[in-house]
Amino acid sequence: MKHPAVGFSAKIVAMLVVLAPATSEAARAWLLPSQTMLARSGGWVTVDAAMADDLFSFNQGAMPIDSLSVTGPDGQPVTAQNPAKGKTRSSFDLELRQAGTYRIAVADSAVMARWEENGKPKRWRGAPADMATGIPANAAKLDVEQTQRRVETFVTVGAPTEVKANAGSGIELKPVQHPNDLYAQETAKLRFLVDGKPAADLEVEIIAGGTRYRDAPGEMIFKTNQDGEISVTWPAAGLYWLEASLQDEKATVPGVKKRRASYSATFEVLTQ
Amino acid sequence: MFTTRIALAGALAAMAALGNTAHAADLSLSVEIPQLPVAEYHRPYVAVWIEGADQTIAAHLALWYQVRGDHTKWLPDLRQWWRRGGRDLKVPVDGLTGATRPVGQHLLKFDAAQAPLSALKPGQYTVVVEAVREVGGREAVRIPFEWPIKAAARQSAKGSTELGAVALTLNP
Repeated sequence: MKHPAVGFSAKIVAMLVVLAPATSEAARAWLLPSQTMLARSGGWVTVDAAMADDLFSFNQGAMPIDSLSVTGPDGQPVTAQNPAKGKTRSSFDLELRQAGTYRIAVADSAVMARWEENGKPKRWRGAPADMATGIPANAAKLDVEQTQRRVETFVTVGAPTEVKANAGSGIELKPVQHPNDLYAQETAKLRFLVDGKPAADLEVEIIAGGTRYRDAPGEMIFKTNQDGEISVTWPAAGLYWLEASLQDEKATVPGVKKRRASYSATFEVLTQ
Repeated sequence: MFTTRIALAGALAAMAALGNTAHAADLSLSVEIPQLPVAEYHRPYVAVWIEGADQTIAAHLALWYQVRGDHTKWLPDLRQWWRRGGRDLKVPVDGLTGATRPVGQHLLKFDAAQAPLSALKPGQYTVVVEAVREVGGREAVRIPFEWPIKAAARQSAKGSTELGAVALTLNP
């Protein structure tokens, strides 16, 4: 049995976590497409964006979609329609008329700073360009780090086409097996890049959706090989959430050393 | 119209007169769509194809879907067919695609010397029949065979939910 006070403080923690995304304690960030595979004639898909540990239940907070970008099969941007931000999720519609694979991504780079002012802890989070105004020049015990976050999902009209990794910064997925061509009981190779190069020894966690309906968290942990690859045998059809993160001293923002990069993606694994 | 019918009847009579000695090798397939005790029934979408050893589609044989109106959006529900090559096919296709079929036995017959069978290389193949029904289930039935046809053979398989008896007949 849970003590009432424990339940209450846990709720407060959950709220704080939602307010401060991209920290190591942040709730899981995910994009949930209404479908991942469309007939050749194309059509509409709706995507929900949320931050919640229960996969894929909207029970914590909405994920902002200010830094959303959708790339079509021809590499051109696709405009999200009917964007809306609710209490527990953001959402938008995409009209997909061109055959091939679309990459849907919420990706951003931010700076997090902590310091002391008159003995009290202060913190700031914002765009790298606003650092000078956000952080006092004489801040005591200043600790700054860059956060690079990328949250993705993929949708295909007709036959899948190549997914390109072209950000060149932070963690990216360069799939060997196409993310819209995954099947239960089959093994898929996925490759990860850090700053555009294959990322060796990167820990990758994969969790099946429907966490609410089972007792065990059921996470699968992988480590990338020298080519930045993992091989995943999907235990069953369904939705899966994948995450990889790292901490290093390769920040790309001038005057910042520490970096925390994360990548997460939602995949649909199909039945045989 | 009238003369065409006469000509056709004549040709059929001539073919029948030749008897069994002159016919070309062929592959025929009988597919049963079962009667189902359900409140809401829709005729299934059905795909029939020949699968090679690498599971890719070696030949499309038939595709039945709701052709009136734009209902191709449900074709990916024929999941195996879609993944193995249906997604590369632009429909409709003459001689391949057609309307959904009612409950009963449906016979398909293909001449070994003509497309699509004429393009098959010698080897092991599987005939796959996949059916999916709106508010219903999905089922695929497979029958393996060897190409080219060396001896007369008949093999059958039975679906348990969306398909009834499926029989493959090979005539050398």
